[in-house]
Parts: sequence; structure tokens; C-alpha cells
Amino acid sequence: MKRRKLDLAQVPANIGKGADDRYQVATPLRALLNKVFPDHWSFLLGEIALFSFIVLLLSGVFLTLFFDPSMREVTYDGPYTALRGVEMSAAYESSLRLSFEVRGGLFMRQMHHWAALLFMASIVVHMARVFFTGAFRKPREANWTIGIILFLLGFFAGFTGYSLPDDGLSGTGLRIASAIMLSIPVVGTWLSAAVFGGEYPGELIIGRFYIAHVLLIPGGLLALISVHLGLVFKQKHTQWPGPMRTNDNVVGERMFPRYALKQGGFFMAVFGTVALLAGLFQINPIWLFGPYLASAVSSASQPDWYVMFMDGLVRLMPAWQIDFPIGDGYVLPPLFWPAVVGLGALFTLPMLYPTIEARRLKDTKSHHILQRPRDAPERTGVGAMAFTFFMIATISGANDVIADKFHISLNAMTWAGRIGLVILPPLAYVISVRICLGLQQHDREVLAHGVETGIIRRLPDGRFEEVHQPLGPVDEHGHPLPLDYAGWVVPKKMNRVGALGPAIKGFFFPIEKPAEAPVSPAVPPVSGSTREEIISGR
Amino acid sequence: MTVTHEGSHGHGGHGSGSGTKPVDVNDPKLSRFDIVREGARRDDIEIVTYESQFEGRNSKAEKRVVRNISLLFIISGLAALAFVVFFIVWPWKFELGHTLSDYYTPILGITLGISLFALGFAILAWAKKLLPHEVSIQDRHNQPSSDEDRLITGQTMAYLVDELGVQRRPLLKGAIALGMAPLGLAAAAPLIGGLIENPHKGDEPMMYHTGFDPVPQDGKLVHLTREDGSPVRPEDVSVGGQITVFPGIPGGASNKYADSPTLLVHLREQDAAEARAASETDKVNKGFMHGNYVAYSKICTHAGCPASLYEQQTNRLLCPCHQSQFLITDNARPIFGPASRRLPMLPLELDDEGYFVAASDYREAIGPDFWERP
Repeated sequence: MKRRKLDLAQVPANIGKGADDRYQVATPLRALLNKVFPDHWSFLLGEIALFSFIVLLLSGVFLTLFFDPSMREVTYDGPYTALRGVEMSAAYESSLRLSFEVRGGLFMRQMHHWAALLFMASIVVHMARVFFTGAFRKPREANWTIGIILFLLGFFAGFTGYSLPDDGLSGTGLRIASAIMLSIPVVGTWLSAAVFGGEYPGELIIGRFYIAHVLLIPGGLLALISVHLGLVFKQKHTQWPGPMRTNDNVVGERMFPRYALKQGGFFMAVFGTVALLAGLFQINPIWLFGPYLASAVSSASQPDWYVMFMDGLVRLMPAWQIDFPIGDGYVLPPLFWPAVVGLGALFTLPMLYPTIEARRLKDTKSHHILQRPRDAPERTGVGAMAFTFFMIATISGANDVIADKFHISLNAMTWAGRIGLVILPPLAYVISVRICLGLQQHDREVLAHGVETGIIRRLPDGRFEEVHQPLGPVDEHGHPLPLDYAGWVVPKKMNRVGALGPAIKGFFFPIEKPAEAPVSPAVPPVSGSTREEIISGR
Repeated sequence: MTVTHEGSHGHGGHGSGSGTKPVDVNDPKLSRFDIVREGARRDDIEIVTYESQFEGRNSKAEKRVVRNISLLFIISGLAALAFVVFFIVWPWKFELGHTLSDYYTPILGITLGISLFALGFAILAWAKKLLPHEVSIQDRHNQPSSDEDRLITGQTMAYLVDELGVQRRPLLKGAIALGMAPLGLAAAAPLIGGLIENPHKGDEPMMYHTGFDPVPQDGKLVHLTREDGSPVRPEDVSVGGQITVFPGIPGGASNKYADSPTLLVHLREQDAAEARAASETDKVNKGFMHGNYVAYSKICTHAGCPASLYEQQTNRLLCPCHQSQFLITDNARPIFGPASRRLPMLPLELDDEGYFVAASDYREAIGPDFWERP
């Protein structure tokens, strides 16, 4: 029998042929390899969320192998002596075992928690980027809505997650969650009884939260993230205005090899950040809090940062109880407003924003070019207002810690938060709108008159004036011809127009020595022979 | 490979790739890049700039970058190896006190972090420093489908509806509504029905009863006990002091009776007189104090945290979760913060042996407020 010779060089070609015979992939694969992505650092914020989600899935699967989602009472008998002999739930006991008796378990637990914080943080920053640049406009309204739902799902994933260890802190969070459910008119007690399987806390809640945390919510996140990315892929990414860039094209790099490689490197950097955080910074030391007891709580009981705004709103709410004197009487507790209405509004208002803005501006066009925040002052103002509100609420979520550390009266902190929540957001709106208009005006000024050089010249009649470097052509008198604003950065310093060229960067040190700085500010910078000294415009 | 191509760009609309002319890909004279560019052209992509960042192949600068990237890969590998070695050999079991095992998690974090960062930077440097700089323009293809296509698809969908003929056959419409709606309910029923619990069921509805209720104990009054179950005498609480007490029944201090933890306060003479005057004028709390002792539910009426910070000087009780403050000497009336309802008072008595018992259950609902609270 003749032995077939294996030609190694032909293997990829043969595999390719075989695959195309069966799946007809050559054309779509080429389109995929060639797809062009625009590049800007701010487009990578959402990637951080995606990459932390992958870290969450990986570390989370590890944790499930050791965690026991049960509220069965057991007695601790592990190496942590301070809790030995203490009655606790199996969930708490297995979390302690995971931290102390599983090799690398604490590291994985901390990695999971830090990745969750990073996930939520990058979602918020990514959302801010999308908002302030107007990337949510038609045709991307659906993706904006999906993004908000992703934050909401992440919020519940985080809450169910830190409730699972059943330590003193997480039990307190659960208790508050039950109170929030109870505050809902008419169905409150029924809802709480359904979730907890009867009276709080019951014996079912950890098991129910577990299945929500490891299956239902991650499933929802995974599905929506897929749709989110699919839509970005289909609609193609927005881009900043710039040379060659129009509303109908995408200017950037093809996905392979450079863009995809950069993404891979960035993923590793995000992963490395989470690993460093997990190794070096302790997070949620559950053994210090002890098992959950309905009668015990410590001060400085703060939730994870993305829940703090809600806790802050709950703290700031005045004790306005509404009574309905019908029959035996009915009550609407003050907790209902910040926790249920507040949370609802914080999610529905942003969802409605694209529609509101489009209707107000009567804007039905599709936009693929981003706007600088200064070019949409009102939107920027609304965003600044929302973020000020969020920040004050978040800070108020830690007002007891601030009061303690800075020796401020707790009641004063609460009142400062209440007043700040009403006064500061509108103030932030006004200030940011003014700043935007000022920046716009300065851009136009530079386009009309040129860059300020810092060189003062005395005219023959004794007047002083500053020399401006025109950015474009000049008329016969040497005055710059006004330029149109193109929606992108206007150079405002001489360095930006090449007065002092940047050094060519090397790996660790420059390949080329930077041009020498001028000795005296009066002597204009010179590098090479092509630049002319700035002299009198006459 | 260096290609710079200027001009024939800056236009919108169709065919950004039209800047380059179609070529015959079977032409043996074509370089591989020519074929790649033809592929890009067919995807309406124009490769405007594609130029190496180095002058010539194997320049000194390029070699140095390659060396540095290789170094990063090697650092990554070494750190990963260190991670595995430390993972195996470093003492890791928790021990009390300052031991080597304290450094286990930080060492894992640092080695893995260095490894991943070095790998990440190696890949990033590869992409940013070694690969040619590129500017490509792709047509966005964001024009809506043609009017004809829209018409065809719309008509096709309308045709589907026509064919089903639901509009023409009202009987079917009704039958579907009547016949299918219950099936939808049947799908929802197990989930919703299984979860629903009546919060007001039984003789002892959960919202209004705690472990201090004597009825389930055959009418025997329930002792106030410490966490270990031992009953409390008046002299166990010093003047101005307070302790947390639980119902003296099996599991009374466990989370099964999460609504029962109670704060027993021994007021000073003057404060007690004030508190007594306030409680005697109240129609619910009348006669609930015992001497200078008063007991309030520890579960905050706002969000259910234990309101456990007692400030002796001002007789205020502070809930550490949302800073509601209650005045002990005035029926635990809320005086600051988001709580709108006072803490319920537990009626106190002494049994024959001189231990505290609850004269009855709380007369007001315990814990966070809810809609149907009378």
C-alpha cells in the first residue's frame, strides 16, 4: 500500500477548503476579518465591563464548587478560632471554609468581588461616555435601553451575590430588602412573603438567591450582552468627527490583526488589574462580621458602592408617612419613595431620555458621528445634574462614616445631603451649561483669530497686542480667514500646531532626543529648518 | 510592506473601496497584500494608509522593540510559573496570629497580576509597535432598504395575515382568545401559585405576632432571656444600662424569631419618671413599664435593622443603618431620620421567682411598616 504523503504546508488550505465546502464561510469570514473599527480610548470603557464579566464567570464557576447554599444550622469547627463553636448557617460556614480551607479560595473570592465592583463601575463610566457624546441617538436607542437594563441586572446580580455568604452584613442587606418589599402599597406583605417563603427570614431565601445569582441573572446578562454587542456589530461603531470621517463611513483599523490583538492585550491588562486588586486589597472579610443575627449590627454597615446611592436616598428621605384613614387604616411608609419610586425613576428616566431629546430637537436623522459634550450644552447639563444627584446620594450612603471620621454631626450630614440633593443638581446644570458655552466660544475665537502665542508686540503708535498664529490661510492684510468648526478639537497651544514637535516615542526611552526647548520665551522654538520665526504680521 | 495611498477619499455614500480598481486575483504577479486589498475592496473598504512603523526591514529600532516584547512574554511566563510554585509550596492554611500564610493571597495576586499584565503589555506592544500603522475606510451601509424591498416585505407579512384569515373568521378569533388565555394562565399558575404565601394566615398572623406571644405557650407568660436562654432579673441590668433580650422559648434567640429581639433598658430615676409620665398618657403603652424598666422592640420600624446604638446621656436610640433616632423617654418616638413610627413597647411584669416576663405580646406591629398595618 502506498503511504500518503502529508504535506504540512497544504494542511491549512485543505482545512479551509473543507470548511467552505460544508459551511460556505469564505465570504462572511472575509467580511469579518476586514471589518473596520474606529479607535478612541473612550470606546474601550465598555470593553472593561465585558472583560470583567468574563472574569466574573470564570471565578464564579470556581466558587460554586465549594459553596453550600443552605440555611441549615451547623456549628463551626474550622481553623478560625474566633468563631469556633458558633452556630451558623451552612452557607456562612461554607463561605468561611472557602476563605480559609480551600487552597486559593480566598483569592478567587476576592477576585470575584473585585471584578463585580469593576463591572459595575465600568458600566457607569461607559454609560456616561455614551450619554455625553450623544452616542445613544438614533439608530442606537435600543442599545442604550439594553445598557440600562444591563446595569439593573448587574445591580441585582451584585445584591444577590453579596447576600449569599449569610454573614452579619449581608443579612442586614436582606432585612432592608424585605422592608423595601413591605413598603409597596397593597401587595407589599404578599410580595415579601412570596420571596422569603413566609416570615422573614425563613429558610428558603439563600437557596432562591443562589439560583438567581448563578443561573437566572447571569443568563439574562449573557443574553443581553450578546444582543448589545450584536447591535454594535450590525450598526457599526460611532466615530468622532475628523478628517475623512463622514456620517456614512467608518474610519479606523480592520479588525484583524491589529484591532483584535489590541483587544486581547487589553483583556489581559483588565484581568491583571483584577488579580492585583484581589491579591493586595482585602474585600468583604466575612469572618469579621460573624453569622447573621437579627439582633446584631455594627455601625458603618455599607453596601457595595453601586447600591450606596439607594441607601443614601433612603437615609435622606424625611419621615413623611401617608395615612389612609379608611376602615382600619392603611399606611404608605416613607421608605417607599426613595427605594421603590426612586430606583424606578433612576432607571426609567434615562431610558426615556433619547426619545425626549429627539422630540425636543425634532431630530429624526440617524447619527453616527459623535458630539463633543460642549457642543450639546443642555444634554451635558442634564448629565451633570444626574451625576451630581447620584454622587450626593452615594456620599450620603456613607454619611455615618464621614461624620465619624471627620467629627461632623451625623444630623448635620443628613441635612447637608437633603439640602444638597435639591440645590446642587440644578446648580450643576447651570454651571456646566455655562462652561460648555464658554468652551464653544473659545473654540470659535481661536478659529477666527488663530492660536494665542503669548508673544506681546508693541505697535508704532504705542499700543500692545498679542501675536496670533492663524490656523488657516490669511487675507492680504495678514488677518486669518475665519474657519468653520468641524466638531473636533481645536488646537489652542502652539505645541499643538507643531511649534515644539513631540519626540518620537521609543519603548522605554525616546528613540529620538526631543527638540531642545527655547532658552528664552522670547525666542520662538525652532526644530528643523522648515519653521519660520514668527515675526510682525506686517 | 509600505503602502500609502492618498486622495480619492473623503466622500460619503457608496463604495469607499471604489478608490482602488478591481484586480484579477488569479494574476500570479499580485502580491499577497494586493489580494488582501482586493478583498477589502469587495467589502467596500479602502485601505488608505498601511505603513510599517520602521524604516526598512530588520532596522535597529525594530529589533529592539522585538527584544522588549520577547522579554515581556518571558516575564509573563516566569511570573505564571512563580504563581504555580507559590500556589503549591507556600503555607496557605489559615492559622491564628501573624504567620507566613498571611502572605499567600497577596503572593498569588502579585504573581498572577504581573504575569497577566506582562502578557497584556506584550500583546499591546506587538499590536501598537510592530504591526503597521493603518487607516482604512469602510462604507457604513446605513442606507435603509429600497422602497421596493420595503414594499415587498410589508406585503409578504400582510399576505401571511390574510392567509391565516383571522380577520375574516371572527369565530376563530374568539375561540383563540377564549381557548388560549387560560393556557397562558396555566403556564403562569405553578410559578406564581407555588410562591404565594398568605402573610395573614392562621390564628397568629406573622406580621402581628412575636416570640413573646403567650398563646402558643399554652398561656404561660414568656420570660425575657439572654442569648444563652437564661432569664433576667431586674438587678441584672445596672442603672442607665441596657441589654438585648429574647423570648424564653426554644430557639427564641435564633433567626427563627427575627422579629423578637427586644431592648430592656433600666432608666435612671429622673428619666424613668419622664418615661412613665409619657407612657401613662398613651392609650397603648399605659402600664407597660415595670418600675424604672422599659422594653422596646429592637427591630427598627424603618427598614428592620436592629436599632442598637443607645446613647445614655440623651436617652436616644440610633439605628446604624439609616440613622433613625428614637427618644426612649417618650414612647420611643422617632425624632430624627427616615423612621416615621415609634418602636413598640413590650409590657413588663415579674413572675413569682422575680424574673422578667412579657405580660403579653407586643400590641403594635413589629418592624418595617407595611400597607395594611392598622
